Amino acid sequence: MLTPRNIEEAAMTSAVLDHDAHPAPEAHHTSLPIDNRKLAMWTFIGSECLLFASLITTFLIYRDSSVGGPGPKDMFEVPLVTFGTAILLFSSFFVVMALDGAKNGNRKKLILWLSLTVMCGLFFVAMQVYEFNHFYHKGLGYSTNLFSSSFYTLTGFHGAHVAIGTVWLATLLKDAIKGRIPAEKAINLELSALYWHFVDVVWIIIFPVVYLMSLGR
Amino acid sequence: MASHTDAHGEHLDHAHASAGRYIQIAVILFALTALEVLLYEAIFGSLRESSGALATSLGPWFVELLLALSALKFFLVAAFYMHLKFDIKALTWVFSFSLGLATTVILSLFLLFWYNRGLWWMDGPW
Repeated sequence: MLTPRNIEEAAMTSAVLDHDAHPAPEAHHTSLPIDNRKLAMWTFIGSECLLFASLITTFLIYRDSSVGGPGPKDMFEVPLVTFGTAILLFSSFFVVMALDGAKNGNRKKLILWLSLTVMCGLFFVAMQVYEFNHFYHKGLGYSTNLFSSSFYTLTGFHGAHVAIGTVWLATLLKDAIKGRIPAEKAINLELSALYWHFVDVVWIIIFPVVYLMSLGR
Repeated sequence: MASHTDAHGEHLDHAHASAGRYIQIAVILFALTALEVLLYEAIFGSLRESSGALATSLGPWFVELLLALSALKFFLVAAFYMHLKFDIKALTWVFSFSLGLATTVILSLFLLFWYNRGLWWMDGPW
């Protein structure tokens, strides 16, 4: 039997169901007290760990298995790669400072540090293009030997990640300049910063394991 | 420090490190990277002759030392720059689980190739 009280209860239930089915666009919450995009990013980073673990191990296994052609000692140059490593470490520091600015609503700080991060990303990609070009002209093509294939695959994948991260950060920089990253939307930068730090962490492993250990044998 | 307790009673701490702490971490990361390069130069590179006994004693531990320094840098970036130290523990578990799987992949690949190469050494190149 329809009474005014029943109608009111039915309307409230419908409103609750409707709210659950269509949450507000900015409300990305789960039963965990964090934004679900952040959980998704960490899960993605977890899957990336498996990719780079496979690539690094493949390099270590194939590094000394080449029948002919140049090897690591003929190619690698410590000063250039150390410089690239320093650039990536700088960029990780810059992006946390940018995030600090975004969370505090300090737009000038956000734009300054984010610009420096993007510049570091571009610089690293340029360094890697130079390095690959240099190696190629010294006779190390992609299919020259097992060392070259595994090296280019590993560092190429990492370079692609850096390039994607740079483009992502550059789009956020554009948003920041237009004032579209207020403090409550700092999560957008936090997600890209997580990705960027992961790219840095992978290089933290690649630099000593691939370059220094290969030279020190 | 902004912290509170959620509906399930779990203590949550959403505070992040200060800018000063970020600078400290950056300095430590640079120092560790410089140490890695110095280690290489002292044992195998241009400083080998001048480092003498130091190079001889550290030489056998070169790989282990580099891995330890890398692990320390990895931990610092993950804990402070990626905020795992300050975020909910579930994220640390997600990342730790992935690292555990990655370690399993690394060990499995090494074992697989060592095993195959062992057979190759015993039976010939076919």
